[in-house]
Amino acid sequence: MSQPIAPERTQPAAGRTRGQQALHEMLASNWLATVLAVVLALVLSGVLIAAADKAVQETATYLFARPGDFFGAVWTSVSSAYVALFQGSIVDTSASTLTRMIRPITETMTVSIPLIFAGLGLGIGFRAGLFNIGAQGQIILGAVFAGYVGFTFDLPPVVHVVLAVVAAAIGGGLWAGIAGVLKARTGANEVIVTIMLNNIAVYLVAFLLTTTAFQRGDSNNPISPPLNSNSLFPLLLGSGFRLHAGFLLALATAVGVWWLMNRSTIGFQFRAVGSNPNAARVAGISVNAAYVWVMVVAGALAGLGGAAQVLGTEKVLTAGVAASFGFDAITVALLGRSKPLGTVLAGLLFGALRAGGFAMQARTGTPIDIVLVVQSLIVLFIAAPPLVRALFRLPAAGTEPPVLAVSPSVKEVGL
Amino acid sequence: MSTVVEAPTASSGPQSPRSGAVLAPISWKAPIAYAVVAVIALIGFVVVAPKGLETTFTVSTSSDFFQIAPITVPSTATALLLCLVALVLAGVSFWATRSRRKVGVWLPSVYGVALVLAFLTWSAAGKDSALPLTGLLQGSLFLAVPLVFGALAGLLCERSGIINIAIEGQLLAGAFLAAVVASITHSAYAGLVAAPIAGALVGLLLVLFSIRYMVDQIIVGVVLNVLVIGVTSYLFSTVLKVDAATFNSPPKLPVIGIPVLSQIPIIGPVLFRQTVLVYVMYVVVAVLQVMVFRSRWGLRLRAVGEHPKAADTVGIKVNLTRMKSTVLGGAVAGLGGAFFTVAAGLAFGKEMAGGKGYIALAAMILGRWSPAGALAAALLFGFSDNLRVVLGIVGTPIPSQIMLMTPYVVTIFAVAGVVGRVRAPASEGIPYVK
Repeated sequence: MSQPIAPERTQPAAGRTRGQQALHEMLASNWLATVLAVVLALVLSGVLIAAADKAVQETATYLFARPGDFFGAVWTSVSSAYVALFQGSIVDTSASTLTRMIRPITETMTVSIPLIFAGLGLGIGFRAGLFNIGAQGQIILGAVFAGYVGFTFDLPPVVHVVLAVVAAAIGGGLWAGIAGVLKARTGANEVIVTIMLNNIAVYLVAFLLTTTAFQRGDSNNPISPPLNSNSLFPLLLGSGFRLHAGFLLALATAVGVWWLMNRSTIGFQFRAVGSNPNAARVAGISVNAAYVWVMVVAGALAGLGGAAQVLGTEKVLTAGVAASFGFDAITVALLGRSKPLGTVLAGLLFGALRAGGFAMQARTGTPIDIVLVVQSLIVLFIAAPPLVRALFRLPAAGTEPPVLAVSPSVKEVGL
Repeated sequence: MSTVVEAPTASSGPQSPRSGAVLAPISWKAPIAYAVVAVIALIGFVVVAPKGLETTFTVSTSSDFFQIAPITVPSTATALLLCLVALVLAGVSFWATRSRRKVGVWLPSVYGVALVLAFLTWSAAGKDSALPLTGLLQGSLFLAVPLVFGALAGLLCERSGIINIAIEGQLLAGAFLAAVVASITHSAYAGLVAAPIAGALVGLLLVLFSIRYMVDQIIVGVVLNVLVIGVTSYLFSTVLKVDAATFNSPPKLPVIGIPVLSQIPIIGPVLFRQTVLVYVMYVVVAVLQVMVFRSRWGLRLRAVGEHPKAADTVGIKVNLTRMKSTVLGGAVAGLGGAFFTVAAGLAFGKEMAGGKGYIALAAMILGRWSPAGALAAALLFGFSDNLRVVLGIVGTPIPSQIMLMTPYVVTIFAVAGVVGRVRAPASEGIPYVK
């Protein structure tokens, strides 16, 4: 019973036509499973949305007398929620001006920036066999460092923002490096250490915001002085939109991560350590050094996410600067299968869910918490491809083992 | 890092020093850590502390057999005495390390108590209000309840080889269902019965994805936490908040004083003037301590977690054992979740577990995967949690954020091996395929 259920694999038979072959390949692809996982998650969440709807509850009392009313009410509640979600995240079709029409998509892009940064960092960790849950703390530390540089110094335009970004990377890298060093030197489980570092970071930023170095002088609120305008990311679409250059930096970083992991020696070592630490050690790779550097790089990337928050989106340092991006980034990296392109797309999807969630809550009264349900269901279904394939009676995936499933040391997934 | 080198003639044992036995290098980490911390405490609480102040502790509650008057002590002298005790213990540790003796758990315990008392003496020095020692301990035990249940849940799962990161979700699900059921039935005890069911459901999902679909257990755990937060928050916003009178006004579990026992000074109010959930906790810890290490069931559980293939060879159903223990673990954590609502007498709120599940995980590791150890570690966390509350009332010289950080920093040190090496069950996180 321990075997994962997999529908009997249909071998491409000799007599099969080219069209059937193509269809089989499409059905067996991971992309289809991903899309179906998203659909399935939306359907299941739709059940929750409908169940909480007043009209649905009323019509359910006379379901057998007039089932049409019931299904109509279900359709109305679910579709209006998802339409609001779409309008709030992609294009607001009900808006009168072009600016308002395209604002949702720019909001989605803005929200996705920290998710992409942190997701890229976590993805590197996953591929190197390290389960880093600490993106939340690393984002916070990145934001603290970037914010400090941003509001304390007075530097010329380009220099200031570059310095603040570098500081953020250093902050996040140092914070994650603690977990890396402890893992390498004492074997401390990185899951526990990063969880603890997350909590410490939350209280650390709360504490710093009570000190004179960080706290705004003119009030008692835990909020920093506004950042120097030279330290901010330039806006991409003018002052009407929040979208800032951090998005371009995130895309460039994704390319950089792709190069690092797929084309550089260091990336090869990271992947080797992730695939089989013992084999990597035998091959002369220092596994301990790799653990430290993986964490430092991952932390630096998450720290950039913090920089994007404080230098672009928020423009001020508060205790809530990281929101729950660090935790959402875990699901982003999982959904993106730890690959740069996948992470960018997953970041955009979850950014859309988050941005659209607010619009949905405002327009249809569906609480934004449903977005968490959608996100977690998507990742659950993605993580268990046999489940989705069994539900939709798809053939098994071609050559790859189930993604994200662990055989003892294999967390690496072929591109 | 010290490497243990086995004696080449292992069978002859340490009685034959002539056989050229190579001894392990002595690790000086622990004694040095003890000494450094004691010296820092001495400087902080005695040398640079303001002189001539007094500290008052109260130990009695009004319903004890006999009353003990509040104790007032000179702050500096008391702190000095306690720090010296800690320094002497550090010396004992040096001596024991040098002569390769094992010291029992009493040394770190007494050392810790001495330093904590020194800290309390220092922080309440010169304050008008007395420091309620009994209340401090009573509250600590109370706050430790979800941590104990959570740690026991983690232990049950991990001993069988399933990593349970979903403790947070199990606590939250238990808290949610306990609140709803208790509100609808107007009975706190009904809520207490319902809570484990919710936790067990989360445990079932965890083990289903871990065993049947062989998804990485840490991933499932993390995602289940998000899922439970999402579902409970959504239901809270759509159902519980709309009609709070019907669905979200759970009655509070009454505090039951055990006759006679509850009137013993200090011990009575702390241990025997609690809600039924705490008494259940005593029972669960005791039963599990015996069952895990002394029963056939426990042996099988641990065998499955350490070496599933060997267990399978002798006819133990590995995956069935894992499934049962994970569901049981989920139920235990769910019961702990009842703490947040019916035991604390609070209505359900979004994300009200507030990361306690992760602390419980840390308590489990700190307690080295044993029920008694988990209890001790959870009490430590509960104490530091409550210390913040009590010192907040008395007034403390340390910022509250720093106080809040302490348990997490302690955990990192513990996990990093300062307190001693911890070893997880060998096969945890690895799905078993025949």
